[in-house]
Amino acid sequence: MEIPYTIETRPDTGLTNPKLGIWLFLASEVMLFGSLFSSYVLLRTGAESWPVQSSILNIPLATLNTVILISSSVTMVLSWAALKMNNFGHFRRYMGLTFLLALGFLVVKGFEYGSKFEHGLLPSTNNFLGIYFVLTGLHGIHVIGGMIVNGYLWGPGARMWRTEPEKFTNRVEIAGLYWHFVDLVWIFLFPILYLL
Amino acid sequence: MAHTAAHAQSTAHAAHDIQAHVRTYYKIFGALLVLTVVTVAVSYLHLPHTEAVIVALAIATLKASLVAMFFMHLKGERRMIYWALYLTAAFFVLLFWLPMWTEGDHIMGTQPNRWGAGMEAPKTPEHSPAVPH
Repeated sequence: MEIPYTIETRPDTGLTNPKLGIWLFLASEVMLFGSLFSSYVLLRTGAESWPVQSSILNIPLATLNTVILISSSVTMVLSWAALKMNNFGHFRRYMGLTFLLALGFLVVKGFEYGSKFEHGLLPSTNNFLGIYFVLTGLHGIHVIGGMIVNGYLWGPGARMWRTEPEKFTNRVEIAGLYWHFVDLVWIFLFPILYLL
Repeated sequence: MAHTAAHAQSTAHAAHDIQAHVRTYYKIFGALLVLTVVTVAVSYLHLPHTEAVIVALAIATLKASLVAMFFMHLKGERRMIYWALYLTAAFFVLLFWLPMWTEGDHIMGTQPNRWGAGMEAPKTPEHSPAVPH
């Protein structure tokens, strides 16, 4: 069965169904990450002592990852804009870049995790590392989820452009909303876990 | 590409608007990079903890707002989305503060179990029994 109102807006909401759907999903994501942020604050304020986070974590690498993720948000929105301007070639280029930047983010994160493990810094070491691995791990899973969707839209899913260009453009927009949210979460994770 | 004529026409109309959007995206990108540098630079100033938290969270909120407003097109979005987000914000605040209110007295050290093993509990009880009338 076709999902109704994927291109034209629904009269009562003034929105397409996928757009309302993704925003409601993102609202639930706010609560998911919110509960973990709340746990972090509770653990930290309730602790007898708390490690100096910046002495354990690598700020330059995290700054690099922040720049990578912000850049991927830009390429994501540019890929949508390219479709709006009827330029499929540019869409492919920007969506491909978004995917590669996400991969770059995970590689950097992998180096960070690896160096922690090498020094025996594990989630079980202390509460800070416990919540650090949970928050960044959950965020990393979201990055992987975004890569799967973006990879599909770049590759096999792009066939839809030939038959239903507007619907495909909307799909890219919806995937973009999710991807920007993943960037947005990192914008908060970076100062909270690394800088403060 | 086999597009319908109507679609090609509508995209041609929209193309000009989108080009203006693209210029905005690049400006926002620049602003986000500058704010990232600022937040890292401020962290090296080693401000007192409260000030550091306020500055870092203010910059993060500004960056997040730019992403939401421009990349997520929240600017000019339908009212329905805003209502969903207001509701989310309200529940987020509740979710965030409920444990704080519950645990607040514990955290602020007004209860003896704040004191770890081997440490002496405060001599004066923090909660005096209510005076009977």
